Amino acid sequence: MKKSAISCPFEKSRLEKGYGEMNDQDDPVVMVLRHKDVRKCAHNWKTFQSGAKPGRIVIPSEVNIRDVRQIPFEVDPPMHGEYRIILEKWFKRPLEESYENELRKQIEALVEVSMVKDSVEVINEFALVLQSRALTLLFNVPFSESETWISWGTHVFRSEETALDSYKANVLYDYIDRQIEKSIAQPGEDFYSKLLAAEVNGKKLTKKEIKGVVILTFAGGRDTVINAITNSIAYFAEHPESIERLRREPELIKFAIEELIRYFSPLTHMGRVVTEDTQICGRAIKADTRISLNWASANRDASVFENADEVVIDRKINPHVAFGFGTHNCLGATHARQIMKVLVQTLIDKVGAIDIFDYEENIENLGEFKRKVGYKNINVKFHKK
Amino acid sequence: MAKITFITSDEQSITVEGNSGNVMELAVKNKIKGIDGNCGGVCSCATCHVHVLPEYWDKIGAPSELENDMLEFDENISDHSRLSCQIQVTDAIDGVVLKVAK
Repeated sequence: MKKSAISCPFEKSRLEKGYGEMNDQDDPVVMVLRHKDVRKCAHNWKTFQSGAKPGRIVIPSEVNIRDVRQIPFEVDPPMHGEYRIILEKWFKRPLEESYENELRKQIEALVEVSMVKDSVEVINEFALVLQSRALTLLFNVPFSESETWISWGTHVFRSEETALDSYKANVLYDYIDRQIEKSIAQPGEDFYSKLLAAEVNGKKLTKKEIKGVVILTFAGGRDTVINAITNSIAYFAEHPESIERLRREPELIKFAIEELIRYFSPLTHMGRVVTEDTQICGRAIKADTRISLNWASANRDASVFENADEVVIDRKINPHVAFGFGTHNCLGATHARQIMKVLVQTLIDKVGAIDIFDYEENIENLGEFKRKVGYKNINVKFHKK
Repeated sequence: MAKITFITSDEQSITVEGNSGNVMELAVKNKIKGIDGNCGGVCSCATCHVHVLPEYWDKIGAPSELENDMLEFDENISDHSRLSCQIQVTDAIDGVVLKVAK
């Protein structure tokens, strides 16, 4: 098996039962595993709710470390749509030419520096740096802010010592409070100022609501983007033929990006709280318990994807759910896709071979299932083209 | 050359021309409001959903099984829903009118 391969631990259960089970801090989760069922449950936000107690739809649950509601993530319709309207335009800015140009400058500079080094630890020296710098564009704040964000390490909520580190969460929350106060004192063109000026149903957002939006923006795109970047580097290291092909046929890049995102599925699953007694694949589900929509499993469903466990770099029809599905689909997807596009283009332009030295895999424990989501660390050498 | 008319959610009617690629790409190129094509046309994001005006349904044709599956749980599906990234721009669809889904 290749070092960059990511296997699917859910296959057997997906085929045999359609669901899996895991415990999480005494609040068990029934994981929905098939593509169609995942879409069906994601669509049914009334029965499978996001607007539950803050932190409960996240797995592992954050109810013990967070009472701020993430917005619009933990709000269901109709309010979800009201929040979403004021955010959509801002989160489409990555499509603007000036944004893409800045992103390209950032990524090219990072790749240039990395190629000079004998060895690069991709998670901390490359992906975290790239993600943090790119986030300054999404927030429209000075580049230098990325230094603070890089210093927080790879997880905003989680650290190496414990799965849920409330100390780290507080570092983030205090930081956000300070930034909001700063933008109140001196409004500008940054994300906080935009949120402070925004109105929902004729009312200004409260500081708590703004904080909820900002926490989501930090947390949702942190380890997901870092894993997507790192897994891409590992993939291209072992598949120089794919780099060659994209170099010859750059029109395939858009397909390659979606395929890599499907294959990696950087977010394994997301929870929902069940509002009424129901059943999934014949398994009874009680009200006020949790299910999860397992995007990673759905994305390997062989009834939808031919050669589901392989990266088919030019896969043309690719109805993956790596960015979720339906009402709550990922707000940061445009930013993430632009990062992937510019990264792939930069690798094609500048990088020749990539050698993998040593690595440690990052394995998620999900009850009986163990899933590789990426790496804890991976050392590589980037060679110039 | 195929002429394609889009009716946006604010009832504006815009006619554009094309001879290659898919309808989503044509719409994005012409900045048709409400067609985003986030996934680049791989049938994943459903942000290029259109309702074909019934009189043109035969010209456009029904969706494939996979496309139909993706539409199945869309909020605003109709009997004439299509994902425009899965419709090729050819002379065969000249003159069709598509209503951009909300």
